[in-house]
Amino acid sequence: MPQIFPRSANTLARFSIVLVGLIAGGALWFILNFNRTTYVTQAFVARQQPVQFSHKHHVGDDGIDCRYCHQTVEKTASAGLPSTKTCMNCHSQLFANVPYLEIVRESWRSGKPIEWQRVHDLPDFSYFNHSIHVNKGVGCSTCHGRVDLMPLMWNTQSLQMEWCLSCHRAPEKVLREQKDITKMDWVAPPDQDVKGKELAKQYNIQSTSVLTSCSTCHR
Amino acid sequence: MADKIENNGYVDPRPPVIGPGYTFETLTSKIADVVLMRRFQKGWIFGFGIAFLLALVLFNTIAYLVLKGVGIWGNSVPVGWAFDIINFVWWIGIGHAGTLISAILLLLRQSWRNSINRFAEAMTLFAVACAGLFPALHTGRPWVDYWLFPYPNTMGMWPNFRSPLMWDVFAVSTYATVSAIFWFIGLIPDFGTMRDTAKQPWQRAIFGILSMGWRGDAKHWHRYESAYLLLAGLSTPLVLSVHSIVSFDFSVGIIPGWHATIFPPYFVAGAVYAGFAMVLTIGIPVRKFYNLEDFITIRHIRNMCKVMLATGLIVGYGYLMELFFAWYSGNTYEQFMMKNRMFGPYGYMYWLLILCNILVPQLLWVKKYRDNLLVVFVVSMFINVGMWLERFVIIVMSLHRDFLPSSWRMYSPSLFDFSMFFGTIGLFLTLMFLFLRFVPIIPMFEMKVMLPQAKVEEGDEAAQKEKGTLGGAVPQFGD
Repeated sequence: MPQIFPRSANTLARFSIVLVGLIAGGALWFILNFNRTTYVTQAFVARQQPVQFSHKHHVGDDGIDCRYCHQTVEKTASAGLPSTKTCMNCHSQLFANVPYLEIVRESWRSGKPIEWQRVHDLPDFSYFNHSIHVNKGVGCSTCHGRVDLMPLMWNTQSLQMEWCLSCHRAPEKVLREQKDITKMDWVAPPDQDVKGKELAKQYNIQSTSVLTSCSTCHR
Repeated sequence: MADKIENNGYVDPRPPVIGPGYTFETLTSKIADVVLMRRFQKGWIFGFGIAFLLALVLFNTIAYLVLKGVGIWGNSVPVGWAFDIINFVWWIGIGHAGTLISAILLLLRQSWRNSINRFAEAMTLFAVACAGLFPALHTGRPWVDYWLFPYPNTMGMWPNFRSPLMWDVFAVSTYATVSAIFWFIGLIPDFGTMRDTAKQPWQRAIFGILSMGWRGDAKHWHRYESAYLLLAGLSTPLVLSVHSIVSFDFSVGIIPGWHATIFPPYFVAGAVYAGFAMVLTIGIPVRKFYNLEDFITIRHIRNMCKVMLATGLIVGYGYLMELFFAWYSGNTYEQFMMKNRMFGPYGYMYWLLILCNILVPQLLWVKKYRDNLLVVFVVSMFINVGMWLERFVIIVMSLHRDFLPSSWRMYSPSLFDFSMFFGTIGLFLTLMFLFLRFVPIIPMFEMKVMLPQAKVEEGDEAAQKEKGTLGGAVPQFGD
C-alpha cells in the first residue's frame, strides 16, 4: 500500500508537540502582558481638555497648592473639581482678555460649567475615598505622579486592582507626614522602613487584612 | 476467560461476552463499516435531527441567557441554586460510569468492559461537556469565567483556594482532560485499522492523522499498553474524587440537608448508579439499531444491572443515614429539614425519588427481569429520573426552608430552566449521534483479543493464523 503522508510528516508531527506548548504558553504570556500595557490602561496618555489648562504652569511655575482648586480632597470622597469661579478669582485680572480663556469667561457669564475630561477614572464598583487617603498620609504624588511637570494631565498608574492592592498590602512604604502631603517632589527618605511603620501607627492605619478585605473597596 | 475454563473441562454457564463465529476480518468490517459507509441511514438522520433541534433550543436559550442574565431562570432568594446546579451534578454523575468502566474495570481485568468502554467513555465526555455549561453560565457573566482559574491577573488576586467551588473547577477540568486523553489514546489502534480499511483517500488521510503514525508493531503496542495502564491508574482516583468534591460544594456549607459527612461516598455511589443507568438507556437502543447483539451481549446487560443494584443500595443506605443523622443529631433544624423533606410542600418529590431510585430498581434482583431488555430500559429510565430528583431534593428543598421562617420561599422553575435542561439532553444526544456515525463505537482490537482466533498457539499453526492480520500482535490483555 502506498504511503499516505510524505516522510516529512514525521518531523512535522514531532515539531507540533513543541509548537503547541510554545503557542499556548506564548498566547498566555501575551495576554497577561498586553493587559498591563499602557494601550489598555491608558497610562501616560495625555488627555485633551476643553481649555488649554496646564498643571505644569499652575502647580510647577506658580506654586499653587493642590487644595486651592481641589478643595474637598481632605473632607470628601471626591477631590472636587474647581468651579469656574475658582478660575475667575485670578483670571478676572490675569490674562483677562486672552482669546484661549474665552471658554472660561463664557462659562462665567452663562453659569454653565466647563466640561472637563476625567483623567483618573476608577470603575464604579470600587468605592474610592480621597479624604481617608490624604488624611492617613498618602500624598497626592503617590498616585497622581509629578503633576507639577504635566502640561496636559495623564495617568501615571495603571489604576488596576493589583496596583491598589500593592499599597493596601504594605501601606508603610508610601506614608508621609501631613505637612508633605501635597509636596510634589516628595521621595521616600532612606529610613522609610522605620518611619513608615511609625507613621502607620500614628495614623492608626488598620491591619492589611482589613485593608485588603473585599468590602473595604467593594461595598 | 471462557476458553481457559473450557480447557479444564468446565463449561462457563454465563453467556459469552462476544457472539460466536467471528474472525478478525468479519469483526473489523462489522464495526468499521458503520463509520466508512457513504450513505446515512434514515434512522440516524431522524434521530440526529430531533437531537439537533433540541440542541438548537439550548443554543438559543444560552444566547438569550447571556443577553438578559440569569434572571430569566427561576432562581431567587433563598433558592439561589436550583436547576443550574441540579443539572450540573446530574450530568457530572452520569459521566462516572464511563470512567469506572474504562479505568477500574480495566485494572480489575474485567473482559466484559471491552465492548462498552469506548461508548461509555464518549458518554462521559459528552456528559461533562453538558455539565460544564451550567456552572459556567450560572456565574451570570460567563465572559469572565477565566477568573475561576488561578493566574497572575491584573486584579492581584487569587481564587479562594479554601473554597470547594474552587476545587470543583480543578476536579471537573482535570476530569474532562484525563477522560478526553484516555478516550483518544484508546482510539489510536482503531484509527489505524480504519485508515487501513478505508477506501477513499480523504478517509485515509483523516484516519491517518488521527492514528498518529500507528503501525501496530510490537514497540507501539508496548508503549500503548503502558500509556493506557498509566492513564487507567490516573483515572481511577478521579472516579472517587470528582463527585466527592462536587459533594463538598454542599457538605462544606452549613445548610441543614447539606452539612453531612456521608455526602462524598453517597454522591460517588449515586454517580456510578446514574452513569450505568445512562449507559443502558443509550446502549440498549444502539445495540438494537446497529445489530450489535454479539458484542454487547446479555452478559453485559446483566453485569450492568448488578452494578446498578449494588450502587443503588448504597444510595438507599445514604438516604437511610440522612434520616438517622437527623434524628440522632438532636438538632431541631436537621430534624425539621427531614420532616419538611418528607411531608413539606415538596414532599411528593421525595417520595417520587424513593420510588424511582429505591423501589423500582429492586426488580433487578429477579434474573428474568435482568434479561428482559424492556424492563431494564424502563428501570434505567426510572433511575435517570430518580437521580435528578435526588439533586432537586438535596439542593432546592434544603434551601427553600432554612433557619429563619421569615426567609422561606417556594421555588418555581421558569420556561428557560426547562429549555436549558432539555437542551443539554439534545446536545448530549447530538454528540452521541455524531460519535456513533464517525467513530468506531466498539474497540475492535480489544474485541479481537477475545476471539478464538487470537488464542496463542504453538508452532507453525500459530504463525499461519496470525499472518497478515493486524490483531494478531495484540498482547493478551484484559482477559
